[in-house]
Amino acid sequence: MKESVSLTVNGRPVETTVEPRLSLADFLRLELRLTATHLGCEHGVCGACTVLIDGEPARSCIALTVSLRDAQITTLEGLADDPAMQVIKQAFHDKHGLQCGFCTSGMLISTRDLLKRTPNPSENTVRNGLSGNLCRCTGYQGIVRAVLKAAEDLAAS
Amino acid sequence: MKPAPFSYYRATSVEDAITALSDADGMAAVLAGGQSLVPMLNLRLSPVDHLIDLRPITALSRQEETPEAICYGALTTHAAFEDGTVPDGTNGLMRYAASHIAYRAVRNRGTLGGALALADPAADWLTTAVALDASVTLTGPDGQRYLAIADFVVGPYYTQIAEHEIIDSVVVPRRSATERWGYYKVAPKVGEYAKSLAVALVDSEKASARLVIGAWSDVPLALEASASALLDGAKQNDLSMIVKNELDLKMPSLSPAERRLHTATAVRAAEQTRS
Repeated sequence: MKESVSLTVNGRPVETTVEPRLSLADFLRLELRLTATHLGCEHGVCGACTVLIDGEPARSCIALTVSLRDAQITTLEGLADDPAMQVIKQAFHDKHGLQCGFCTSGMLISTRDLLKRTPNPSENTVRNGLSGNLCRCTGYQGIVRAVLKAAEDLAAS
Repeated sequence: MKPAPFSYYRATSVEDAITALSDADGMAAVLAGGQSLVPMLNLRLSPVDHLIDLRPITALSRQEETPEAICYGALTTHAAFEDGTVPDGTNGLMRYAASHIAYRAVRNRGTLGGALALADPAADWLTTAVALDASVTLTGPDGQRYLAIADFVVGPYYTQIAEHEIIDSVVVPRRSATERWGYYKVAPKVGEYAKSLAVALVDSEKASARLVIGAWSDVPLALEASASALLDGAKQNDLSMIVKNELDLKMPSLSPAERRLHTATAVRAAEQTRS
């Protein structure tokens, strides 16, 4: 049986009815067509589907839409004008922080949160902080350099 | 990777959740943070007909302090411990343990009560709770009951939670300010489930010590002989031998490699209390 739920996605109020088993990730991608959120493992391991729920990073593949009544969801699309995200994206571009781009949405959202909580991280902090986001292309070297550069650029801005 | 269909019920209070559990026809499960349950639903490893959401119950996110202990509502998140937004009576041990659970995106939603209810032997909270002598408050149709964590957990993924009961809260006794702790975890990757996990607590002023080993194939185990050797100031090599002998005695099924791993983990946690 479908259940009604109202929530806010990227600042826009959404009222809908969903099957209880519908994940937030599928809701975002299939119903709202917000396809920046990627689905990798679909059981909370790879981090590609990371979005912000009430401002905090969470795995959207293991969040049930029906349980998110009144929640504020922010996807990468919703951070297009976010000043910190623009700096982080530029750093990923400059330091080869991506190849195929599949993990990048989750990487960017996790990076933004990591740098918010730890503005001046060591390399080790970056590696630990992003350990929940898997990348199968880069070997992580470029990503780590990108995050460290983003930290510097954010501190300078 | 999509769950089988289930019905959903948004519980408004603990009593409401218990009633929903009791009235459910078929397999019912309660949803806390969902960081283990929903993956299992996605993988269809956990057959659930009715999902009862506890998250709207604000009473389950409360914390209460007494001079002797701190009571954490079952829905207190790992991130709340990590960020220090909830009171701590363990000289920072719970904060450290919480910040090493999985990943930040998981810690934001995963809960203390949910982790203990699942009783995954490789999870951080279970071994930590045993080391800290925590207890669990269960609420069911017949009211509340209190169980020491060692009585609450029966085996891997196996607890004393009865069919229509939920964990209401977890009570953690305040530790003395002179106590020192150690926490050592071996995991193949940061954030992965542990292969071995040890918690050491030593208070030489009160002459008390605990050394608990977890993340093996059974419930966390207190190593009493090793703990008293630690309290007596046994040198690292001697302590290592004492731990190994105690593991041989209490966990005879360990392979030589596992015994070596758990010995090393226990000794490293113990050494942290005196570094």
